[in-house]
Amino acid sequence: MNELATASQPQAAYDARLRRVMDAVQLKTPDRVPVGMMSILWWARYGGTTVREIMYDGDLLARIAMQALDEFEPDVFQPPHMTAYIGRMLEAAGFKQMLWSGHGVGDHQGYQYLDREYMSAAEYDDFLFDPTGFFLQTYLPRVATAFEGLAHLPWLPSRAYFPFLVGMASFADPRVQASLAQLRNTGEEAVRLLTRSAQFVEDAKARGFPADAGVICFCPFDMFGDYMRGAKGILTDMYRHPDKLLEATDKAAVMIAREAIKAARMSGSPFVFIPIHWGPDNFMSLKNFQRFWWPGLRKVMMSLIEADLIPIVLWEANCASRLETIADIPPGKAIYHFEQTDMRLARDVLRGVVCIRGNVPASIMVTGQPEDVDAYCRGLIEDVGRGGGFILDGALGIPDDAPLRNVRALYEAARKYGG
Amino acid sequence: MDNLTEDERTLVDCLAGMDEAQALPLANRLLLEERHDPLRVLELCRHAMDIVGRRFEEGEYFLPELVLAGEMLEQVGAIAKPLVKAGEGGEAKALGKVLIGTVQGDLHDIGKNIVTFMLDINGFEVKDIGVDVPVPTFVEEIKAYRPDVVALSGFLTLAYDAMKDTIAACDAAGLRDQMRIMIGGGQVDEMVRAYTGADAFGVNAVEAVNLCKRWLGAAA
Repeated sequence: MNELATASQPQAAYDARLRRVMDAVQLKTPDRVPVGMMSILWWARYGGTTVREIMYDGDLLARIAMQALDEFEPDVFQPPHMTAYIGRMLEAAGFKQMLWSGHGVGDHQGYQYLDREYMSAAEYDDFLFDPTGFFLQTYLPRVATAFEGLAHLPWLPSRAYFPFLVGMASFADPRVQASLAQLRNTGEEAVRLLTRSAQFVEDAKARGFPADAGVICFCPFDMFGDYMRGAKGILTDMYRHPDKLLEATDKAAVMIAREAIKAARMSGSPFVFIPIHWGPDNFMSLKNFQRFWWPGLRKVMMSLIEADLIPIVLWEANCASRLETIADIPPGKAIYHFEQTDMRLARDVLRGVVCIRGNVPASIMVTGQPEDVDAYCRGLIEDVGRGGGFILDGALGIPDDAPLRNVRALYEAARKYGG
Repeated sequence: MDNLTEDERTLVDCLAGMDEAQALPLANRLLLEERHDPLRVLELCRHAMDIVGRRFEEGEYFLPELVLAGEMLEQVGAIAKPLVKAGEGGEAKALGKVLIGTVQGDLHDIGKNIVTFMLDINGFEVKDIGVDVPVPTFVEEIKAYRPDVVALSGFLTLAYDAMKDTIAACDAAGLRDQMRIMIGGGQVDEMVRAYTGADAFGVNAVEAVNLCKRWLGAAA
């Protein structure tokens, strides 16, 4: 792999890679097909260690991930710490929506979220009336022990002047105080995570590797579906509480976008990663997609784009029937990363609209041989990679269980056929 | 179903048409006020579910409709079943026995639960042994339950090896020839089917039902 990137010219290599990616985003023809690298926890396998180790040892993760960047030379990578080095943060918060190594799953297993109802259907009204109060006093205490004591705070918007003075007594409540103490620790762990991640991004830059999304946000429908109402709740809400769901997702879109913009400004990266869950073909009809799902994501995306940010939307599963709908964004301003959607169809429908990224299937990456990976990559590059607007990557990035030989095959194929 | 009264037709239409607000009061009235035969009402529910399944296959219905239909069915069943006199009628004979579980290391259950529900309402006897099921547990459960079909569920890529190991263990225990094995999950395809040694894979609950019907000789 003798590409422009050399230890003696890291800045030039960085500029060349970033240019390659930005050309793809802006639908220009780059000097060759860029290749991305994202993974949740494959780093553990690559480094010959456990998932638990990389979730708790940010320096170890940094060494492993940097070695991977040096070996595979991707044109853009997703900062690994934000989704892997989260063990201490989860512990500090007493996070209840996930099982992770040492907390419900084994040392070699990835973390898994728990599909539960964390908010009842009746509570849409509470969210709509006072979203901040609902989160602070009801929702967050349910999902993180650090917030449990805050359920005992007074309703702050009632506390002005004399009622304010008396209301302060709540902060002497031992339950509130315990929460505040735990939140302080949680905050410190969050800073540790962000600092370690930022350091990695800086170190990678110094070696010539640009990062993409330092910030993650969600489609409003998915936020309610995955983390609040649970699968059964959100699916039936479309029939039982359609208006409330629409109002809540519309309101949440504003807050999601504002916070993502703020966080992106702090991260210094223009990329915002949006993994999507409930949008695919199999999950709801196109009619319901257009009514309940897409308007919220589009609203978030448009806010990000207006703030000169670049959404990277990871379209899970097959979204073929959605392509014409999701083409309704300004051209050259985002990346659509597809998992199982037919890339040739995506290219046809989204040509001139958005850069597409993907999609070597997990089944090939995990159970196939290097020649299978090579053939898939070659086919993709030849069919959809010419003429710009394409970034090669795994379907959902590099699967946690992919053998090294297949990962090597992916990046070698990018060099062989992408020029 | 033939010879439906107007109320019966309305109930079927409301259940199949996702009109929960009308369907439940109507079922209540038929069962509790008008003393309709509870077995007849359960039969109407099954008929409505056939329509739901067909609309799913035709691409009109998706997960929300399957889940809501399941909820409606559960609610009507909760009223109707206690009214069925002991020894009377009873459940239709099961088309076959299916053992289902999410393989070791994987905790995902949304897909598994929907497949379980769809198999159940389509006349199969289903035993759901939960998530993160160790290989030896699968083998023990299969020996005890003697299913016609084993359904292995998994969402993560680690499930590929867990499925393969589970199927290999069935083979080693001499159980493989006595049953069919199907796999399903978000990242499962023909390549994974071949890797694991399963007989078939499915990408949604209706495919799971159709596989079972085909294997067990029932009309799909």
